[in-house]
Amino acid sequence: MMKHAASEPAITPEIVASHGLKPDEYDRFLKLLGRVPTMTELGICSAMWNEHCSYKSSKKWLKTLPTSGPRVLQGPGENAGVIDIDDGQAIVFKMESHNHPSFIEPYQGSATGVGGILRDVFTMGARPIAALNALRFGEPSHPKTRHLVSGVVAGVGGYGNSFGVPTLGGEVNFHKSYNGNILVNAMAVGLADADKIFLSKAEGVGLPVVYLGAKTGRDGIHGATMASAAFEANAEEKRPTVQVGDPFTEKCLLEACLELMASGAVIAIQDMGAAGLTSSAVEMGAKGNLGIELDLDKVPCRETGMTAYEMMLSESQERMLMVLRPEMEKQAEAIFVKWGLDFAIIGKTTNTLRFIIKYQGEVKADLPIKEMGDNAPEYDRPWIEPKKLPVIDASTIPAPADLKGAILKIIGSPDMCSRRWVWEQYDTLIGSNSAQLPGGDAGVVRIQGQKAIAVSSDVTPRYVYADPFEGGKQAVAESWRNLTCVGAEPIAFTDNLNFGNPERPEIMGQLVFAIKGIGEAARALDFPVVSGNVSLYNETMGTGILPTPTIGGVGLLRDLAKMTTIKFKNEGDVILLVGGHGHHMGQTVYLREIEGREEGAPPAVNLAKERKNGDYVRGLIQASQITAVHDISDGGLLVAIIEMALPTGFGASLNKLDHIQMFAEDQSRYVVTCSPESAAKIIATGNAIQIGLISREAQLSIDSGFSISMAELKDAHEGWFPTYMKG
Amino acid sequence: MKSAVITFPGINRERDMLMALEATTGVKPISVWHTEASLPNVDLVIVPGGFSYGDYLRCGAIAARSPIMADIKAKAMKGLKVIGVCNGFQIITEAGLLPGVLMRNADLHFVCREVKLKIENNQTFFTNKMTKGQIVSCPVAHGEGNYACDGETLKRLEGEGRVVFRYAEGSNPNGATNDIAGIINERGNVIGMMPHPENMIEPLHGKVDCRPLFESLIAA
Repeated sequence: MMKHAASEPAITPEIVASHGLKPDEYDRFLKLLGRVPTMTELGICSAMWNEHCSYKSSKKWLKTLPTSGPRVLQGPGENAGVIDIDDGQAIVFKMESHNHPSFIEPYQGSATGVGGILRDVFTMGARPIAALNALRFGEPSHPKTRHLVSGVVAGVGGYGNSFGVPTLGGEVNFHKSYNGNILVNAMAVGLADADKIFLSKAEGVGLPVVYLGAKTGRDGIHGATMASAAFEANAEEKRPTVQVGDPFTEKCLLEACLELMASGAVIAIQDMGAAGLTSSAVEMGAKGNLGIELDLDKVPCRETGMTAYEMMLSESQERMLMVLRPEMEKQAEAIFVKWGLDFAIIGKTTNTLRFIIKYQGEVKADLPIKEMGDNAPEYDRPWIEPKKLPVIDASTIPAPADLKGAILKIIGSPDMCSRRWVWEQYDTLIGSNSAQLPGGDAGVVRIQGQKAIAVSSDVTPRYVYADPFEGGKQAVAESWRNLTCVGAEPIAFTDNLNFGNPERPEIMGQLVFAIKGIGEAARALDFPVVSGNVSLYNETMGTGILPTPTIGGVGLLRDLAKMTTIKFKNEGDVILLVGGHGHHMGQTVYLREIEGREEGAPPAVNLAKERKNGDYVRGLIQASQITAVHDISDGGLLVAIIEMALPTGFGASLNKLDHIQMFAEDQSRYVVTCSPESAAKIIATGNAIQIGLISREAQLSIDSGFSISMAELKDAHEGWFPTYMKG
Repeated sequence: MKSAVITFPGINRERDMLMALEATTGVKPISVWHTEASLPNVDLVIVPGGFSYGDYLRCGAIAARSPIMADIKAKAMKGLKVIGVCNGFQIITEAGLLPGVLMRNADLHFVCREVKLKIENNQTFFTNKMTKGQIVSCPVAHGEGNYACDGETLKRLEGEGRVVFRYAEGSNPNGATNDIAGIINERGNVIGMMPHPENMIEPLHGKVDCRPLFESLIAA
């Protein structure tokens, strides 16, 4: 039995609690060890068993999601998911959250969120080619919101632009439920050769374990534990737990890693993210059914006098861990010297299945590796089936007294207005391959020749709150629809499930049912999930966020010449509606902005109809039958049409519409435009109805009785964000 | 026409530039790493955009002192053509090849958007296929593109027709003095510009307005 050094402090219940371990979890740990742990061991266990690293509350439910498909090369379980895109190429992608750090320190929190997800992608051998980010802030009137928006956007841009990846999409929402817990979900998408994907599971006994990248400091210690707990009133004090990022170092790390991988020196590699050296080493060993032994005297540090505990839990950024082909040590080291980064052999793989940490002549930790890693506790937390909100009868919603005022209010509202203020702070062009920029249905980036991929981030949190099952379905359906709109074939998605406190049965019920809905839609649409992240405990002083399962979809466009956009193209083009008129007003933007009501069941998603309509629209696009297309989502039909006209000099003259038809948010519907000749053919199939024409006049007119100028709409649309941020 | 594209740690638009040069001139440029002591035998050197050395200290300050810069300076004195784009403009200015400085954008934000550029001088090796006064679209992507110089320098630049590109139609994105987007040295062989012409040369980019700039290189 290992004897503890005299320097080890006594482990008190307070120390256990401050590490985020519940009493029963600590007991489980004691039984596993058969003795009292050292501080370092306690730190390691608390990091590996916290929610962020272990997924203990969600694993059981995540296992029910569909994760395979003909193009899936790597599903969940690795640093990122991998899909095949023909020609021996693969796309590697994932989305991850950095919610808690971004609330405390918006610039560094979001910057390091971007940094972390980029590493997850390039650690697998893929050069990042696109980034997206989904941001959710509190209500605009909240005193912290402006500062958080400013800091987060600056941080996302500051890291991504410097690193050198184009940001091609994302979302920004405002809602009071995020007042104390903002959400920053960062997604990265990379390109790799399908036969050169690098995995993290260690292989081979007695092989060198190598530390790569930036030096280790005291930043971010217990970041993962902080992310696994709700905020109390002293959230500001947690600032030292936020990691600090350096995109220049990460750019050098990217180039060094890609060169290293090309050299053949890498057997396994993983980035150091949450819980740094601890999680990367434990995961690599556990996955490969190997033990790992580390000698911390060899770890490059930028602070003096760091303890084993600090080194194991530091979340210093821009570091990787790998298992090296030993005969290639010299070559590998030379690459890192060239790029000005550290390269240090700090340990080896063993066949004992133990995780052993040595430092300054002492054994600081000796733990069973599987039980720390993939055999961490898994919970079946109690849940209550969410109560369904009543369906609102549309006939009870009065027509607006001032239609023009209502339209301007909606188009100029925080959730619906132009996000130009945000994305003009992101480099959207670097790489010279951006085919479609933010502002449309999906970002599109060229791979080579005529081949491209489409990327989109989607979820409607108010729908998920009102009915987690339908809302979960809708998030996946909307992602699939947005990819379809640019002419892409949806292939797979990554998800970022942001929820409140899972120890509350009603929140757990939201998670369970949202996952059920996500799974149902994924199966019906042949759209599997290949990677993802769960962020729980998004709650402050007992108030949780709207349940927000963000879906990051990727699709394949074989022929860029056929790519479609939302912009109106030609005067006289016919405006068609696919999927019929809407009747559903519950949880609509109209009901919230004009009637002040956040009520009712959300629109249901008929997955068969979703599939049929999407495949039909994609077929029209492939046959070059349509000139513009946009799906109907937030705001309904009229907003969709306005969004198609705004980036152009055109207007629209629409046939008669009642206010329900204008603003209902029924799903599975698209607005498409085409030449009059094509329109006749399409209408004859019965799959679409004509609702208007594109007009040369920059006016939106409805049934000749009502009209509003595009100039006024543009002012409202472009005006809100810059005016708000000027404060 | 043989060209070289220089890369420093943190430069990230070299691939865009390599693609643009190859697509327009038909010749693949040579990539040169910053630690090289001397250039290969080329007619043109391009210093592309990015965040060399993470913009530590000042944008381009550290890169300007890289080994390869000494040879670039020496050869530029003898007439070697040099183009610095964005961070490249900052680097060659820090190295003393052009006057003035690039400061933080006036509104303190990074900005990536399309602007209008007026071709003020079409007698240069990068603008000889344009007409004087012609307006082209071109994207910018920078946080520190606010060109400034002392009054004496400004008088000379304007007086000698050494402002090559000027932001037009109210599209100045960064507060640069006199809407200056790009300048040329006295000798006429070194050009620095903040906008990214390499991102506007093919149909995928939406417009091809900047293609003739690259085509000018062959004619020069």
